[in-house]
Amino acid sequence: METGVSILIGLFFAVAVYLMLSKQLVRMLLGIAILGNAVNMLIFTNGRLTREVPPLIPEHLYVPEIATANPLPQALVLTAIVISFSFFAFLLVLAFRAYQELGTDEVNRMRVAEPENDQTPPQGY
Amino acid sequence: MAGSSVSVDYSEAMATAPIASGDWLVIAPILITMLGGAVCLMLRKNTDIQAKMGIALLGLLVLASLGLLIRVLDHGVITMVMGSWLPPFGIALTADALGATLTLIGAIVAFCAGVYGASTVDSTGRRYGFYPFLLLLMTGVSGAFLTADIFNLYVWFEVLLISSYGLLILGNDRIQLDGAVKYGVLNLVGTNLFLIATGLLYGIFGTLNMADIAIKVAELENPASGTLATVAALYFLAFAMKAAAFPVNFWLPASYHTPNIVVSAVFAGLLTKVGVYALIRIFVLILPESRIFMSDVIGWVAIVTLLTGAIGALAQSEVRRLLGYLVIAGIGSMLAGVAVGSVLAVSGAIFYAVHSIIVMTALYMASGIMNLLGGSYDLRKLGGLYQKNVTFAGVFLVLVFAVSGLPPFSGFWPKVILVDAAFQDDRVWLGAAILISGFLTTLAMGRVWIYAFWRGGPEGTPDGQTAQSVVTDTSQLTGAAVWLPLGILTALIIYFGLQPEWMLELSTQGASGVVDPLGYVRSVFGGEG
Repeated sequence: METGVSILIGLFFAVAVYLMLSKQLVRMLLGIAILGNAVNMLIFTNGRLTREVPPLIPEHLYVPEIATANPLPQALVLTAIVISFSFFAFLLVLAFRAYQELGTDEVNRMRVAEPENDQTPPQGY
Repeated sequence: MAGSSVSVDYSEAMATAPIASGDWLVIAPILITMLGGAVCLMLRKNTDIQAKMGIALLGLLVLASLGLLIRVLDHGVITMVMGSWLPPFGIALTADALGATLTLIGAIVAFCAGVYGASTVDSTGRRYGFYPFLLLLMTGVSGAFLTADIFNLYVWFEVLLISSYGLLILGNDRIQLDGAVKYGVLNLVGTNLFLIATGLLYGIFGTLNMADIAIKVAELENPASGTLATVAALYFLAFAMKAAAFPVNFWLPASYHTPNIVVSAVFAGLLTKVGVYALIRIFVLILPESRIFMSDVIGWVAIVTLLTGAIGALAQSEVRRLLGYLVIAGIGSMLAGVAVGSVLAVSGAIFYAVHSIIVMTALYMASGIMNLLGGSYDLRKLGGLYQKNVTFAGVFLVLVFAVSGLPPFSGFWPKVILVDAAFQDDRVWLGAAILISGFLTTLAMGRVWIYAFWRGGPEGTPDGQTAQSVVTDTSQLTGAAVWLPLGILTALIIYFGLQPEWMLELSTQGASGVVDPLGYVRSVFGGEG
């Protein structure tokens, strides 16, 4: 099962990178959202996938008798989902405000901070 | 990975001994800033009290970090595990000489920024959260310096990143939104790469505790295997992005000149150095074999970073953008230390990080004062500042010498160490690049001093004559708020330049603590490592 999910993760990464290479900010943001999901699935798969098994430990043992799903990657993914979701929300608002103020969502034309015809420093004294 | 094959005595998985009262200092920097951020947020409508509270809390942070450093020097590396779960189960916070030193320097810089911000951030900026964001930024920075858990390190990176977004767009100007878009997107991609590498590392070792990973890497039969090399390359790319090393440095000059000058000062001082710190932690402590495997790549990245930073600085006429490129050049020096990787080289990198944190913050603060005195950040429009304030011209000259690595100031010693370490390791080009970069930095900064201070007036005025006085708002220059932080930082620069022994010993101790991780591992696992 890991192989199949790995291929799916690879596809997610490909789509994310393709979208992030775009000049339009909105597409880049979609790419970032997909990238976040790809990373989450990658962490999840790295904890190894197991079929649903109740994580019950018999009374006389310290560890479960059969392999159960690893809970740690789920905790990591949960953390990562919350973080990437909140960052995505922030970047969406930021992109909208930037579109309002700069009048474009094409990153090549966002040249307020680094103007195109930049002055060189004074040459002589 | 799942529990069945692991044989651990779970009855001893909990820490039962009470924590020594002094060891609580490990978590103090995080607690003070996090709770302090919440308190300042509650006081957001009362901007005067909020500022005083914020500065007081940052002062408390300095004291706590100083106490932590003294305790680390007395008792060696100290560890505290969360929830009393012993590592590798619980998240461990570990303070060693490297982490504690950088926490202290970071706290000092944040305190200075808090004081400086009292004059340059207006009440609107405070109401929108300058002090809460600054404190939470310090939560992330201190947490990153002190954690011994690699996923926890990711979380602290995100804490400082989201706080830095808040600080970056404080004021909501067009130029800030433009800079924040580039900063935001590229840094988020960087942390995602970090997360990918962490996920893969967890897939290989089944643990996230740095000391545990260091043990397991040392036990590997084939430490230079392809999987581990992939993880190392991803970590390098992620932290190079965070540290703004060439060729992933473009977010820095695009954004660092856009926010309020005190925000630029904090960013230039702290954020990139957290990336360098993580690089030292991961590559020297956890993955030493991968560092040897990648040392040529890191070395060449360091060389190109050193040169692009310095040449980029030469091409700027806006002082803040020029300083942004100097931040990048400094990162190159620290990467050189990581590339060589001996105790000497890493101690040079640590010393340089300390120097760079202080001097870049001081330079941005000084450029803010230049703007207040001369009414512009542009070299073409500045001039005659020497006549306006002789003392400030002297202080700026000290900073010029320090950032260029000229004696007798703090930049000189780490450069000597780094060049020496590079030559000892037969990396002549690396040593040469550090020296050339220092020379070009001297030219760029010397030009700033000559144009802004030495000549009689701005462009167009005849030399030697006073320019028609620029109408500037000097009300911010009367109080101690802008001068005190600059004075503290300059005093540190002079002190580290004239009396480098203390910092040399600290950085050597920090470097030997990561090059030979035995003390670190023992502290986390309680002697058995």
